[in-house]
Amino acid sequence: MNAALPYPTGLLAELTHRCPLGCPYCSNPLELASRDQELDTPTWQRIFSEAAALGVLQVHLSGGEPLARRDLTELVAHCAAERLYTNLITSGVGLTEARLEALKKAGLDHVQLSVQDANAESADHIAGYRGAFERKRQVAQWVVASGLPLTINAVIHRANVTRAAAMVDLAVQMGAGRVEIAHAQYYGWALRNRDMLLPSGEDARAAVAEIETLKPRYADVITIDHVIPDYYARFPKVCMGGWGRRTLNVVPTGKVLPCHAAETIPGLEFWSAADRSLADIWANAPAFQAFRGTDWMQEPCRSCDRRDKDFGGCRCQAMALAGDARATDPACSRSPHHALMAEIRFATPTEAPGVYRYRR
Amino acid sequence: MSAVTLEKMPKLGRGVRLHEDRVRGTWVLLAPESMIEANPVAMEILKRCTGSLRVEAIVDELAALFNADHARIEADVVAFLDQLSAKRLVEL
Repeated sequence: MNAALPYPTGLLAELTHRCPLGCPYCSNPLELASRDQELDTPTWQRIFSEAAALGVLQVHLSGGEPLARRDLTELVAHCAAERLYTNLITSGVGLTEARLEALKKAGLDHVQLSVQDANAESADHIAGYRGAFERKRQVAQWVVASGLPLTINAVIHRANVTRAAAMVDLAVQMGAGRVEIAHAQYYGWALRNRDMLLPSGEDARAAVAEIETLKPRYADVITIDHVIPDYYARFPKVCMGGWGRRTLNVVPTGKVLPCHAAETIPGLEFWSAADRSLADIWANAPAFQAFRGTDWMQEPCRSCDRRDKDFGGCRCQAMALAGDARATDPACSRSPHHALMAEIRFATPTEAPGVYRYRR
Repeated sequence: MSAVTLEKMPKLGRGVRLHEDRVRGTWVLLAPESMIEANPVAMEILKRCTGSLRVEAIVDELAALFNADHARIEADVVAFLDQLSAKRLVEL
Protein backbone atom coordinates (compact mmCIF):
# COMPACT_ATOMS: atom_id res chain seq x y z
CA MET A 1 0.00 0.00 0.00
CA ASN A 2 1.13 3.52 -0.78
CA ALA A 3 2.85 5.04 2.25
CA ALA A 4 0.98 8.32 1.89
CA LEU A 5 -2.39 6.61 1.81
CA PRO A 6 -4.40 7.56 4.89
CA TYR A 7 -5.98 4.93 7.14
CA PRO A 8 -9.78 5.10 7.14
CA THR A 9 -11.41 5.48 10.57
CA GLY A 10 -15.08 4.89 9.85
CA LEU A 11 -17.25 2.56 7.80
CA LEU A 12 -20.89 3.33 7.05
CA ALA A 13 -22.57 0.01 6.35
CA GLU A 14 -25.90 0.45 4.62
CA LEU A 15 -27.09 -3.07 5.33
CA THR A 16 -30.38 -2.70 3.49
CA HIS A 17 -32.56 -0.14 1.76
CA ARG A 18 -35.70 -1.70 3.24
CA CYS A 19 -37.35 0.65 5.73
CA PRO A 20 -40.81 0.89 7.27
CA LEU A 21 -40.64 4.69 7.21
CA GLY A 22 -40.93 6.85 4.12
CA CYS A 23 -39.19 10.10 5.13
CA PRO A 24 -39.29 12.51 2.19
CA TYR A 25 -35.67 13.66 2.79
CA CYS A 26 -34.18 10.15 2.90
CA SER A 27 -30.50 10.08 1.91
CA ASN A 28 -30.86 6.74 0.12
CA PRO A 29 -30.76 6.90 -3.68
CA LEU A 30 -33.97 7.18 -5.68
CA GLU A 31 -33.36 3.69 -7.01
CA LEU A 32 -33.48 1.41 -4.02
CA ALA A 33 -31.85 -2.00 -3.87
CA SER A 34 -34.26 -4.87 -3.30
CA ARG A 35 -33.85 -7.57 -0.68
CA ASP A 36 -32.54 -10.18 -3.11
CA GLN A 37 -29.75 -7.80 -4.20
CA GLU A 38 -28.43 -7.40 -0.64
CA LEU A 39 -25.08 -8.85 0.44
CA ASP A 40 -25.33 -12.03 2.50
CA THR A 41 -24.11 -12.47 6.08
CA PRO A 42 -20.66 -13.97 5.35
CA THR A 43 -19.87 -11.21 2.85
CA TRP A 44 -20.70 -8.47 5.37
CA GLN A 45 -18.62 -10.29 7.96
CA ARG A 46 -15.66 -10.43 5.59
CA ILE A 47 -16.08 -6.70 4.86
CA PHE A 48 -16.04 -5.88 8.58
CA SER A 49 -12.90 -7.98 9.13
CA GLU A 50 -11.19 -6.29 6.18
CA ALA A 51 -12.27 -2.89 7.50
CA ALA A 52 -10.69 -3.58 10.90
CA ALA A 53 -7.46 -4.70 9.26
CA LEU A 54 -7.47 -1.53 7.16
CA GLY A 55 -7.63 0.68 10.27
CA VAL A 56 -11.36 1.31 10.60
CA LEU A 57 -12.34 1.90 14.23
CA GLN A 58 -16.04 2.61 14.07
CA VAL A 59 -18.80 0.92 12.10
CA HIS A 60 -22.11 2.67 11.60
CA LEU A 61 -24.81 0.10 10.93
CA SER A 62 -27.38 1.89 8.88
CA GLY A 63 -29.80 1.48 6.00
CA GLY A 64 -32.68 1.80 5.26
CA GLU A 65 -33.61 0.26 8.55
CA PRO A 66 -30.83 -2.09 9.70
CA LEU A 67 -33.29 -3.92 11.96
CA ALA A 68 -34.88 -5.25 8.76
CA ARG A 69 -31.84 -7.56 8.54
CA ARG A 70 -32.49 -10.74 10.50
CA ASP A 71 -28.75 -11.27 10.88
CA LEU A 72 -28.15 -7.91 12.59
CA THR A 73 -27.18 -9.42 15.96
CA GLU A 74 -24.79 -11.79 14.24
CA LEU A 75 -23.20 -8.88 12.36
CA VAL A 76 -22.81 -6.84 15.56
CA ALA A 77 -21.17 -9.83 17.26
CA HIS A 78 -18.75 -10.16 14.37
CA CYS A 79 -17.83 -6.45 14.57
CA ALA A 80 -17.31 -6.76 18.32
CA ALA A 81 -15.01 -9.75 17.78
CA GLU A 82 -13.01 -7.51 15.43
CA ARG A 83 -12.93 -4.89 18.23
CA LEU A 84 -14.87 -2.40 16.11
CA TYR A 85 -16.99 0.25 17.81
CA THR A 86 -20.56 -0.33 16.62
CA ASN A 87 -23.19 2.35 16.21
CA LEU A 88 -26.74 1.32 15.30
CA ILE A 89 -28.50 4.02 13.28
CA THR A 90 -32.18 3.19 13.48
CA SER A 91 -35.75 4.41 13.26
CA GLY A 92 -36.51 2.12 16.18
CA VAL A 93 -39.34 0.49 14.26
CA GLY A 94 -38.79 -3.25 14.41
CA LEU A 95 -37.01 -3.23 17.74
CA THR A 96 -38.23 -5.19 20.75
CA GLU A 97 -36.78 -5.15 24.23
CA ALA A 98 -35.52 -8.71 23.76
CA ARG A 99 -33.83 -7.86 20.48
CA LEU A 100 -32.14 -4.83 22.03
CA GLU A 101 -30.89 -7.02 24.86
CA ALA A 102 -29.48 -9.48 22.32
CA LEU A 103 -27.76 -6.67 20.41
CA LYS A 104 -26.26 -5.35 23.60
CA LYS A 105 -25.02 -8.80 24.56
CA ALA A 106 -23.50 -9.13 21.10
CA GLY A 107 -21.43 -6.04 21.88
CA LEU A 108 -23.35 -3.08 20.48
CA ASP A 109 -21.76 0.19 21.65
CA HIS A 110 -24.21 2.96 20.82
CA VAL A 111 -27.72 3.61 19.50
CA GLN A 112 -28.68 6.52 17.33
CA LEU A 113 -32.44 6.95 17.06
CA SER A 114 -34.13 9.20 14.54
CA VAL A 115 -36.99 11.47 15.56
CA GLN A 116 -39.05 13.24 12.90
CA ASP A 117 -40.68 15.94 15.03
CA ALA A 118 -41.50 16.87 18.63
CA ASN A 119 -45.18 16.80 17.76
CA ALA A 120 -46.49 13.22 17.50
CA GLU A 121 -49.00 13.79 14.72
CA SER A 122 -46.57 15.75 12.58
CA ALA A 123 -43.79 13.23 13.27
CA ASP A 124 -45.96 10.34 12.04
CA HIS A 125 -46.97 12.34 8.98
CA ILE A 126 -43.35 13.11 8.06
CA ALA A 127 -42.36 9.47 8.56
CA GLY A 128 -45.41 8.27 6.66
CA TYR A 129 -45.97 5.76 9.45
CA ARG A 130 -48.74 5.92 12.01
CA GLY A 131 -47.57 5.30 15.56
CA ALA A 132 -43.88 5.81 14.77
CA PHE A 133 -43.51 8.61 17.34
CA GLU A 134 -44.88 6.56 20.25
CA ARG A 135 -42.75 3.61 19.20
CA LYS A 136 -39.63 5.78 19.33
CA ARG A 137 -40.44 6.97 22.85
CA GLN A 138 -40.69 3.35 23.92
CA VAL A 139 -37.45 2.42 22.17
CA ALA A 140 -35.62 5.32 23.82
CA GLN A 141 -36.80 4.06 27.22
CA TRP A 142 -35.49 0.57 26.51
CA VAL A 143 -32.15 1.88 25.28
CA VAL A 144 -31.62 4.08 28.33
CA ALA A 145 -32.74 1.30 30.70
CA SER A 146 -30.30 -1.10 29.04
CA GLY A 147 -27.42 1.23 29.86
CA LEU A 148 -26.49 1.84 26.23
CA PRO A 149 -25.69 5.43 25.26
CA LEU A 150 -28.39 7.10 23.16
CA THR A 151 -28.15 9.79 20.52
CA ILE A 152 -31.30 11.33 19.06
CA ASN A 153 -31.05 12.71 15.57
CA ALA A 154 -33.47 15.05 13.89
CA VAL A 155 -33.53 16.42 10.37
CA ILE A 156 -34.87 19.96 10.15
CA HIS A 157 -37.12 21.12 7.31
CA ARG A 158 -40.24 23.22 6.83
CA ALA A 159 -42.68 20.99 8.73
CA ASN A 160 -40.65 20.97 11.96
CA VAL A 161 -38.33 24.00 11.72
CA THR A 162 -40.28 25.94 14.36
CA ARG A 163 -39.87 23.02 16.78
CA ALA A 164 -36.09 22.54 16.48
CA ALA A 165 -35.62 23.55 20.13
CA ALA A 166 -38.53 21.35 21.20
CA MET A 167 -36.72 18.41 19.63
CA VAL A 168 -33.70 19.10 21.81
CA ASP A 169 -36.05 19.13 24.82
CA LEU A 170 -37.55 15.86 23.63
CA ALA A 171 -34.09 14.29 23.37
CA VAL A 172 -33.41 15.39 26.96
CA GLN A 173 -36.72 13.87 28.12
CA MET A 174 -35.85 10.66 26.31
CA GLY A 175 -32.61 10.43 28.28
CA ALA A 176 -30.23 10.92 25.36
CA GLY A 177 -26.67 12.03 26.07
CA ARG A 178 -26.35 13.56 22.66
CA VAL A 179 -28.62 15.09 20.04
CA GLU A 180 -27.90 15.84 16.42
CA ILE A 181 -29.86 18.64 14.80
CA ALA A 182 -29.15 18.73 11.09
CA HIS A 183 -30.83 20.76 8.41
CA ALA A 184 -31.96 18.71 5.42
CA GLN A 185 -29.49 18.40 2.56
CA TYR A 186 -31.03 18.70 -0.83
CA TYR A 187 -30.14 15.83 -3.07
CA GLY A 188 -31.87 12.51 -3.79
CA TRP A 189 -35.27 12.26 -2.13
CA ALA A 190 -34.90 15.65 -0.46
CA LEU A 191 -34.28 17.26 -3.84
CA ARG A 192 -37.37 15.57 -5.21
CA ASN A 193 -39.37 17.00 -2.27
CA ARG A 194 -37.52 20.29 -2.04
CA ASP A 195 -40.55 22.50 -2.62
CA MET A 196 -42.20 20.83 0.35
CA LEU A 197 -39.13 20.77 2.59
CA LEU A 198 -37.24 24.03 2.19
CA PRO A 199 -38.06 26.31 5.13
CA SER A 200 -38.33 30.06 4.77
CA GLY A 201 -35.05 31.87 5.31
CA GLU A 202 -36.56 33.56 8.35
CA ASP A 203 -37.60 30.30 10.02
CA ALA A 204 -34.27 28.63 9.26
CA ARG A 205 -32.32 31.57 10.73
CA ALA A 206 -34.51 31.58 13.84
CA ALA A 207 -34.00 27.83 14.33
CA VAL A 208 -30.23 28.08 13.93
CA ALA A 209 -30.04 30.94 16.45
CA GLU A 210 -32.29 29.15 18.94
CA ILE A 211 -30.25 25.95 18.91
CA GLU A 212 -27.04 27.93 19.37
CA THR A 213 -28.46 29.60 22.50
CA LEU A 214 -29.46 26.18 23.89
CA LYS A 215 -25.89 24.86 23.69
CA PRO A 216 -24.48 26.66 26.74
CA ARG A 217 -27.74 26.29 28.65
CA TYR A 218 -27.74 22.51 28.18
CA ALA A 219 -23.98 22.05 28.58
CA ASP A 220 -24.47 19.88 31.69
CA VAL A 221 -27.43 17.97 30.29
CA ILE A 222 -26.84 16.97 26.71
CA THR A 223 -24.31 17.40 23.91
CA ILE A 224 -25.87 19.27 21.02
CA ASP A 225 -24.33 18.52 17.66
CA HIS A 226 -25.66 21.24 15.39
CA VAL A 227 -25.16 20.87 11.66
CA ILE A 228 -26.09 24.28 10.36
CA PRO A 229 -27.19 24.69 6.77
CA ASP A 230 -24.35 25.19 4.32
CA TYR A 231 -25.79 28.45 3.11
CA TYR A 232 -24.95 30.14 6.42
CA ALA A 233 -21.31 29.28 6.36
CA ARG A 234 -18.43 31.37 5.04
CA PHE A 235 -16.39 28.28 4.38
CA PRO A 236 -17.59 24.84 3.34
CA LYS A 237 -17.80 21.80 5.58
CA VAL A 238 -14.89 19.40 5.56
CA CYS A 239 -17.10 16.93 3.81
CA MET A 240 -16.43 13.35 5.00
CA GLY A 241 -13.19 14.63 6.58
CA GLY A 242 -11.82 14.82 3.04
CA TRP A 243 -12.60 12.56 0.09
CA GLY A 244 -11.17 9.06 0.47
CA ARG A 245 -9.39 10.14 3.62
CA ARG A 246 -11.44 8.86 6.57
CA THR A 247 -14.51 6.93 5.60
CA LEU A 248 -15.95 4.28 3.35
CA ASN A 249 -19.61 3.71 2.65
CA VAL A 250 -20.76 0.26 1.59
CA VAL A 251 -24.25 0.15 0.07
CA PRO A 252 -26.59 -2.87 0.35
CA THR A 253 -25.37 -4.39 -2.91
CA GLY A 254 -21.70 -4.10 -1.92
CA LYS A 255 -20.69 -1.10 -3.96
CA VAL A 256 -18.23 1.04 -2.01
CA LEU A 257 -18.62 4.82 -2.11
CA PRO A 258 -16.40 7.60 -0.73
CA CYS A 259 -19.60 9.26 0.56
CA HIS A 260 -23.24 8.28 0.50
CA ALA A 261 -24.15 10.81 -2.20
CA ALA A 262 -21.18 10.05 -4.45
CA GLU A 263 -23.36 8.33 -7.01
CA THR A 264 -24.87 11.73 -7.88
CA ILE A 265 -21.53 12.57 -9.55
CA PRO A 266 -21.58 11.27 -13.11
CA GLY A 267 -18.63 9.35 -14.50
CA LEU A 268 -17.21 7.95 -11.26
CA GLU A 269 -16.25 4.28 -11.33
CA PHE A 270 -17.18 2.46 -8.14
CA TRP A 271 -15.90 -0.98 -7.23
CA SER A 272 -17.82 -3.56 -5.25
CA ALA A 273 -16.75 -5.30 -2.05
CA ALA A 274 -18.64 -8.33 -3.30
CA ASP A 275 -15.74 -9.17 -5.61
CA ARG A 276 -12.78 -7.13 -4.35
CA SER A 277 -11.10 -6.57 -1.02
CA LEU A 278 -11.79 -3.36 0.86
CA ALA A 279 -8.03 -2.61 0.94
CA ASP A 280 -7.87 -2.84 -2.85
CA ILE A 281 -10.89 -0.58 -3.20
CA TRP A 282 -9.61 1.97 -0.69
CA ALA A 283 -6.23 2.20 -2.41
CA ASN A 284 -7.12 1.77 -6.05
CA ALA A 285 -10.81 2.27 -6.90
CA PRO A 286 -11.09 5.17 -9.37
CA ALA A 287 -13.93 6.74 -7.38
CA PHE A 288 -11.71 6.95 -4.27
CA GLN A 289 -8.79 8.38 -6.20
CA ALA A 290 -10.89 10.94 -8.06
CA PHE A 291 -10.83 13.66 -5.39
CA ARG A 292 -8.33 12.35 -2.88
CA GLY A 293 -5.77 14.93 -1.73
CA THR A 294 -5.52 18.27 -3.52
CA ASP A 295 -4.13 17.50 -7.00
CA TRP A 296 -7.59 17.46 -8.61
CA MET A 297 -8.35 21.01 -7.49
CA GLN A 298 -8.84 24.02 -9.71
CA GLU A 299 -8.84 27.67 -8.70
CA PRO A 300 -9.72 29.18 -6.28
CA CYS A 301 -9.09 25.98 -4.25
CA ARG A 302 -5.71 25.12 -5.77
CA SER A 303 -3.89 28.14 -4.30
CA CYS A 304 -6.14 28.58 -1.25
CA ASP A 305 -4.63 28.63 2.24
CA ARG A 306 -7.55 26.47 3.44
CA ARG A 307 -7.20 23.73 0.85
CA ASP A 308 -5.76 21.21 3.34
CA LYS A 309 -8.36 22.18 5.94
CA ASP A 310 -11.64 21.76 4.11
CA PHE A 311 -10.48 20.06 0.90
CA GLY A 312 -12.70 22.28 -1.21
CA GLY A 313 -15.87 21.21 0.61
CA CYS A 314 -18.50 18.88 -0.76
CA ARG A 315 -17.95 17.42 -4.26
CA CYS A 316 -21.60 16.44 -4.59
CA GLN A 317 -22.77 19.96 -3.81
CA ALA A 318 -20.26 21.39 -6.31
CA MET A 319 -21.74 19.01 -8.88
CA ALA A 320 -25.34 19.81 -8.01
CA LEU A 321 -25.00 23.60 -7.89
CA ALA A 322 -21.96 24.55 -9.96
CA GLY A 323 -22.38 21.71 -12.45
CA ASP A 324 -18.77 20.58 -11.94
CA ALA A 325 -17.61 18.14 -9.27
CA ARG A 326 -14.10 19.70 -9.39
CA ALA A 327 -15.37 23.20 -8.67
CA THR A 328 -15.10 24.87 -5.29
CA ASP A 329 -18.11 24.02 -3.14
CA PRO A 330 -20.48 26.99 -3.67
CA ALA A 331 -20.93 27.08 0.13
CA CYS A 332 -17.49 28.74 0.16
CA SER A 333 -17.51 32.53 0.09
CA ARG A 334 -14.52 32.31 -2.28
CA SER A 335 -16.49 30.33 -4.87
CA PRO A 336 -17.55 32.22 -8.00
CA HIS A 337 -20.89 30.42 -7.56
CA HIS A 338 -21.40 31.52 -3.96
CA ALA A 339 -24.36 33.73 -4.92
CA LEU A 340 -26.30 30.51 -5.54
CA MET A 341 -26.22 29.82 -1.81
CA ALA A 342 -27.68 33.22 -1.01
CA GLU A 343 -30.53 32.43 -3.38
CA ILE A 344 -31.34 29.36 -1.32
CA ARG A 345 -30.81 31.19 1.92
CA PHE A 346 -33.29 33.90 1.19
CA ALA A 347 -35.71 31.78 -0.78
CA THR A 348 -39.38 32.20 -0.08
CA PRO A 349 -40.84 28.73 -0.26
CA THR A 350 -43.39 28.09 -2.95
CA GLU A 351 -46.84 28.01 -1.45
CA ALA A 352 -48.02 24.99 -3.42
CA PRO A 353 -49.95 22.85 -0.91
CA GLY A 354 -48.15 19.78 -2.18
CA VAL A 355 -47.90 16.31 -0.74
CA TYR A 356 -44.71 14.50 0.11
CA ARG A 357 -43.38 12.04 -2.39
CA TYR A 358 -42.56 9.45 0.25
CA ARG A 359 -39.48 7.34 -0.18
CA ARG A 360 -40.89 3.88 -0.92
CA MET B 1 -20.30 22.38 33.46
CA SER B 2 -19.11 21.00 36.79
CA ALA B 3 -15.44 21.70 37.30
CA VAL B 4 -12.75 19.15 37.97
CA THR B 5 -11.63 19.15 41.60
CA LEU B 6 -9.18 16.91 43.41
CA GLU B 7 -11.94 15.00 45.21
CA LYS B 8 -13.79 13.96 42.05
CA MET B 9 -13.59 10.37 40.85
CA PRO B 10 -13.67 10.53 37.06
CA LYS B 11 -14.78 7.67 34.86
CA LEU B 12 -15.18 7.23 31.13
CA GLY B 13 -18.55 8.41 29.82
CA ARG B 14 -21.30 6.12 28.61
CA GLY B 15 -20.32 4.46 25.38
CA VAL B 16 -16.72 5.65 25.68
CA ARG B 17 -13.87 3.18 25.65
CA LEU B 18 -10.12 3.16 25.41
CA HIS B 19 -9.00 1.11 22.45
CA GLU B 20 -5.61 -0.18 21.43
CA ASP B 21 -5.29 0.64 17.74
CA ARG B 22 -2.99 -2.09 16.49
CA VAL B 23 -3.03 -0.83 12.90
CA ARG B 24 -1.64 2.60 13.81
CA GLY B 25 0.22 1.47 16.91
CA THR B 26 -1.54 4.00 19.16
CA TRP B 27 -4.33 4.18 21.70
CA VAL B 28 -7.58 5.96 20.94
CA LEU B 29 -10.60 6.97 22.93
CA LEU B 30 -13.68 5.80 21.04
CA ALA B 31 -16.97 7.55 21.69
CA PRO B 32 -20.34 7.93 20.01
CA GLU B 33 -19.54 9.64 16.70
CA SER B 34 -16.07 10.71 17.73
CA MET B 35 -12.60 9.44 18.50
CA ILE B 36 -9.46 11.05 19.80
CA GLU B 37 -5.95 9.75 19.76
CA ALA B 38 -4.51 9.38 23.23
CA ASN B 39 -0.82 10.19 23.61
CA PRO B 40 1.09 8.20 26.25
CA VAL B 41 0.41 10.74 29.03
CA ALA B 42 -3.28 11.01 28.16
CA MET B 43 -3.43 7.23 28.15
CA GLU B 44 -2.03 7.00 31.66
CA ILE B 45 -4.69 9.44 32.86
CA LEU B 46 -7.52 7.71 30.99
CA LYS B 47 -6.53 4.26 32.26
CA ARG B 48 -7.10 5.60 35.74
CA CYS B 49 -10.56 7.03 35.00
CA THR B 50 -12.32 4.07 36.53
CA GLY B 51 -14.71 5.88 38.85
CA SER B 52 -12.86 4.63 41.92
CA LEU B 53 -9.77 6.86 41.93
CA ARG B 54 -9.79 10.48 43.04
CA VAL B 55 -8.16 13.08 40.83
CA GLU B 56 -5.58 13.69 43.56
CA ALA B 57 -4.60 10.01 43.52
CA ILE B 58 -4.29 10.10 39.73
CA VAL B 59 -2.01 13.13 40.05
CA ASP B 60 0.12 11.37 42.70
CA GLU B 61 0.51 8.29 40.54
CA LEU B 62 1.42 10.25 37.43
CA ALA B 63 3.90 12.48 39.26
CA ALA B 64 5.60 9.31 40.50
CA LEU B 65 5.39 7.54 37.16
CA PHE B 66 6.92 10.40 35.18
CA ASN B 67 9.06 11.63 38.05
CA ALA B 68 7.73 15.12 37.38
CA ASP B 69 6.80 18.25 39.29
CA HIS B 70 3.60 17.56 41.24
CA ALA B 71 2.05 21.00 40.77
CA ARG B 72 2.60 20.90 37.07
CA ILE B 73 1.13 17.41 36.71
CA GLU B 74 -1.87 18.53 38.74
CA ALA B 75 -2.48 21.50 36.45
CA ASP B 76 -2.15 19.27 33.37
CA VAL B 77 -4.42 16.53 34.67
CA VAL B 78 -7.13 18.98 35.75
CA ALA B 79 -7.00 20.82 32.41
CA PHE B 80 -7.14 17.55 30.47
CA LEU B 81 -10.09 16.20 32.47
CA ASP B 82 -11.89 19.54 32.17
CA GLN B 83 -11.57 19.33 28.42
CA LEU B 84 -12.80 15.75 28.29
CA SER B 85 -15.67 16.32 30.64
CA ALA B 86 -16.85 19.25 28.51
CA LYS B 87 -17.03 16.76 25.64
CA ARG B 88 -18.75 14.20 27.92
CA LEU B 89 -15.96 11.73 27.26
CA VAL B 90 -15.34 11.65 30.98
CA GLU B 91 -17.94 11.84 33.75
CA LEU B 92 -17.13 13.38 37.12
